[in-house]
Amino acid sequence: MLCELCGKRPATVHVTKVVNNEKVEHDLCQQCAREQGDLGVFLNPMFSINNLLSALLDDEERRGRSLPAPTGVRCATCNFTYSDFARVGRLGCSDCYEVFGDRLDAVLRRIQGSSEHVGKSPRRAAAGLHVKKEIDGLRRQLELAVRQEAYEKAAQLRDRIRLLEKQESTGEK
Amino acid sequence: MPLDKVLQRAASGWTSGSGPEADIVISTRVRLARNLAGVPFPHLLPVDGLNQVVSDVSRAVASINSGRGWGKLDTYPLDSMPALDRKVLVEKHLVSPQHISEPWGRALVLKEDESASIMVNEEDHLRIQCLFPGLQLEEAWVAASGLDDSFEEHLPYAFSGSRGYLTCCPTNVGTGLRASVMLHLPGLVMTDAAGRVLGATNKLGLVVRGMYGEGTQASGNLFQISNQVTLGQSEEEVVRSLLGVAKQVIDQERHTREALVKDAALQVSDRVGRAYGILTNAHVISSEEAIKLWSDVRLGVDLGLLPGVPTPVLNEMIVATRASFLQRRAQMPLDPLQRDAVRADLIRKMLATS
Repeated sequence: MLCELCGKRPATVHVTKVVNNEKVEHDLCQQCAREQGDLGVFLNPMFSINNLLSALLDDEERRGRSLPAPTGVRCATCNFTYSDFARVGRLGCSDCYEVFGDRLDAVLRRIQGSSEHVGKSPRRAAAGLHVKKEIDGLRRQLELAVRQEAYEKAAQLRDRIRLLEKQESTGEK
Repeated sequence: MPLDKVLQRAASGWTSGSGPEADIVISTRVRLARNLAGVPFPHLLPVDGLNQVVSDVSRAVASINSGRGWGKLDTYPLDSMPALDRKVLVEKHLVSPQHISEPWGRALVLKEDESASIMVNEEDHLRIQCLFPGLQLEEAWVAASGLDDSFEEHLPYAFSGSRGYLTCCPTNVGTGLRASVMLHLPGLVMTDAAGRVLGATNKLGLVVRGMYGEGTQASGNLFQISNQVTLGQSEEEVVRSLLGVAKQVIDQERHTREALVKDAALQVSDRVGRAYGILTNAHVISSEEAIKLWSDVRLGVDLGLLPGVPTPVLNEMIVATRASFLQRRAQMPLDPLQRDAVRADLIRKMLATS
């Protein structure tokens, strides 16, 4: 459905007003609703946080405040683009978080006040993360060992990393 | 358990009125948003994709049922039940209005005593929720987290070390936790203090809403307070801060009630007595009027100014007097006037037999 006022943008806001004891209903787009000054007063119960978020992202975009758009970047899993996200206020799949990484961090800091998770981890993933962290640490030691030409130590570290990587890939299956 | 049994009774675990602070806190809810790794979120999935998620979840449910520790869980597909039944599920707080708006490929997983329910393919693949009577935030969190652990054993969750549980909307990412308490605050509303007291909670990263969640009005002086932030704070921190704020609001409501009884006893007695008079004698009543008077009667009972109506009866009345519940009970479609008549009859009976 298109907006009743501009007839151009999709109607995403349902406005209900009572005028002289008569109920009047309108379907408007975000922008026209905002211009009418009705937004926030006559909200439809189905009007959701996604609409608000989308309006916020839209606003950022127009003011040119957001980071440069990764044009043409598409999530390979769900085919979603960043502008799809900005339009609907929802992501397409969990991989989108990786694909839209930096831009999303800015959004998260703005709406959540943080972009770093604190709290529960799934047991399976937590075990995996632990191994990943250990591998990262060993890699750094390996680089150092190579630079210092401590080849015997480097070989030991390499074997340990291989073992952990093998465990990690079989553990995930 | 046959769904019919669930739909016929207004009573749920949360209506029992048995938890702590049950005179003011109607219920506590904790919900966790979870998704399956590598599967597009429900809004992008075609019906067969949605059905695949439902069947994966059902398989997990079967494995959980065969283990120990949980009461039996049942899976009910939303698309195969009548529209009226779906609306009753919303009125019973088991699913959200959004969940039933497009029922295809959606399902509800429900624990027998209705204390735990999982919405499958709402905004996220899984919305695990625990609903307890009274103020039981820590208990509800522990229960929801335990159920979450059971599902995690069987389903590959979308999770990242830095961003936590990955959700469809970035407002839920991280813990995926939304904890909320439903409070009955007639004293604060009567003394025009609700805005001031509840407004302060907004500054603490909490949100106040009407009873049926997002975008609804506070009818019957029922308010829901919940956390807003899901990133950067652990579940325990969120639960603790919400608990602290809820206790403050409860204290304020108690003090206000005491002051009302002391300084305005006559007016309060008159008000609750009139409400009781109307509810026990009306033959036609709208849902708005019913919930408004319900709030006065509930206050009168809590203050000992009215004959004792058991709390479970009053809590069940919230669900039993809703439009879809009434129609399902009558086993026929009712026009608005008939509905208002049936509602008035039911309220009279519930108050008379208690």
